[in-house]
Amino acid sequence: MDTKKMAIIATKGTLDWAYPPFILASTAAALGYETQIFFTFYGLQLVRKDLSVLKVSPLGNPGMPMKMPFGPKWFKSINWNMPNAIQAIIPGYESVATALMKQTIANNGVATIPDLRELCQEAEVKFIACQMTVQLFGFEHSDFIDGLEYGGAATFFEFAGETDICLFI
Amino acid sequence: MNFDKELDARGLNCPLPILRAKKALAEVASGQVLKILSTDPGSVKDFAAFAKQTGNELLSTAEAGGEFTFFMKKK
Repeated sequence: MDTKKMAIIATKGTLDWAYPPFILASTAAALGYETQIFFTFYGLQLVRKDLSVLKVSPLGNPGMPMKMPFGPKWFKSINWNMPNAIQAIIPGYESVATALMKQTIANNGVATIPDLRELCQEAEVKFIACQMTVQLFGFEHSDFIDGLEYGGAATFFEFAGETDICLFI
Repeated sequence: MNFDKELDARGLNCPLPILRAKKALAEVASGQVLKILSTDPGSVKDFAAFAKQTGNELLSTAEAGGEFTFFMKKK
């Protein structure tokens, strides 16, 4: 049987959206898939050396429950969502939301993004960064982790054209 | 049931139990049995799907008090 293949295009650069590409890629690798992730536009943030740039924003994100990761059960079940206009004027709102999200992640035994990324690399998931976006956003190759390849759309299609599963995230 | 290696994945959430199991299976020989403990309710379906796709045999699945025990035989 031929090895199955999966390609993912990762386009989002926030803490929450960092999960789907790394969860799927690491799991696919564990299932024996040859896996590749193409990081483009904001997705480039996921292959930065410094992952502290990843934040989650409740602003303009009505699907995100705002719940506290500490305290008694009744307190944790309160949803603290508030109008966008108010969220927007609170300094540091995003940083606080990110810190709370990270605590919730830890409380639930969910892996951190640095861990998941490392698991992908250990499982030989191939990472390709979009060279065009690197230039467009004014990044240097030294901003990114080692082991990345840099390429463009044609590089993506070379592998994607042979895959069983191809996802845009 | 006899087993050759045990993996404690309790407290871990998707996809860590599967990733840890994959790693643990790499450390046993073909035909040997891995015992896995998990508290992730999603792992019941996940280990069945993992076994089906990788050819490793899921010998049994059991649940007691919110804890799941799996025995998997390496291909």
